[in-house]
Amino acid sequence: MEEVKEVKLHGYVKSGYSTMVHYALRLKGVCYEYVEEDLKNKSEELLSLNPVYKKVPVLVVDGRPIAESLIILEFVDEVWKDNNPFLPQDPYERAKVRFWAQFFYQKLVPGGYAIRNSEGEARKKAAEEFVDSLIILEEGLRKDLYTGVPFIHGERPGLLDVILSGSHSTFNYLGGLAGVKLLEKERMPILCSSLDAFVELDAIKSMAQDFKIPKPPAPSAA
Amino acid sequence: MAVSGDEVKLLGTWASPYAIRVKIALGLKGVSYEYLEQQLRENKSELLLKSNPVYKKVPVLIHKDQPICESAIIVQYIDEVWAGVGPAILPSDPYERAIARFWAVYIDDKWFPATIKIIKVKDEKEKAEAIEQSFAGLSLLEEAYKKSFKGKPFFGGDNIGYLDIAFGSFLGWVRAIEKISDIKLIDEAKFPLLAKWAERFGSVTTVKENIPKTDKVVEYYSKVLKALWNA
Repeated sequence: MEEVKEVKLHGYVKSGYSTMVHYALRLKGVCYEYVEEDLKNKSEELLSLNPVYKKVPVLVVDGRPIAESLIILEFVDEVWKDNNPFLPQDPYERAKVRFWAQFFYQKLVPGGYAIRNSEGEARKKAAEEFVDSLIILEEGLRKDLYTGVPFIHGERPGLLDVILSGSHSTFNYLGGLAGVKLLEKERMPILCSSLDAFVELDAIKSMAQDFKIPKPPAPSAA
Repeated sequence: MAVSGDEVKLLGTWASPYAIRVKIALGLKGVSYEYLEQQLRENKSELLLKSNPVYKKVPVLIHKDQPICESAIIVQYIDEVWAGVGPAILPSDPYERAIARFWAVYIDDKWFPATIKIIKVKDEKEKAEAIEQSFAGLSLLEEAYKKSFKGKPFFGGDNIGYLDIAFGSFLGWVRAIEKISDIKLIDEAKFPLLAKWAERFGSVTTVKENIPKTDKVVEYYSKVLKALWNA
């Protein structure tokens, strides 16, 4: 792809998906403009950029919009392919990464909604199921990808680290709703190691200074 | 580049549109493979449970004893492993790839669930809503074809590609749903571009070989699924 000129991210400060895209762009060293959208009063611009879902995030690159966070993340990885690749080179390794990325969206995202949209005993059960899914993810990563430390992808962060860390604030919020800590270092060492290492990255630490975007949450508690 | 049959295995079911995607992709690349029809309701095979412990579903591609799950991921894997063999399945431009992926996800998450609902629900009002939703989706796809893929015979351009495969693999089911519920979904009057695309897609050799006959799908619905869904 030719030299990209203009990059604009339409997002929302509390959206984990928005945060994922911020993180991806920061890791790639991309200069971009950020537009905070009012989701209760959606702008004409947002509606025209994402007429199918009318949601954030939407990344607009040289006037062309891309919606859906996972699709945006792979797009960013492909356009700025020389900086910090998010996916391994080997097709089988790539397939494994994509599998767990999809697991996140297929299990953890609905699981999160289940916590949010329930109460009492039902919410407690939803939280337990959410933790079960996190354990499946932890064990799956250990079996399929675990290279050592500190990121899921090894020495440098990749797609799964971006997705996980983008969702960190959401996990804290859900845990608050359910009255339980969803991420436990003892049971989920790979996930917690990734979260802790991610917030220490220079590209991420410097984020909040540049413009009004979410501050990365504190490292996962022990 | 011929690949020996025992290197590539596909676990699928004949009616699964997701398995059909993989068959078409393998066909496009000229990859020979061993196909293993699976039982999904009872007695899932050891191989399936071992290869896809997380979801226990088809399709699963097993290449050099390594399992790959989820149809979209398998198709991309095939495209990457056999890059340079036969046509490319995904376009090379990142923006075009994103558009193809976007519509494939839309079809999976929104359009097909609404469409299959037409024959799943008993309530007439719910059925009417499902039909409306299916039409709304087809409208979006017709618009997208006009805007993003204009003038080309397929979503993939001159050859079928990722989005053609993602969408077209549902055609057996679409025809069956049309027959069962007596409505025309990909109506040439409403969706002229899609109707012509469906005809062209259906006549591609590797597609013809892998999309099940409408009557067989209708029979499967009448004899098996209807009872299951009404249980």
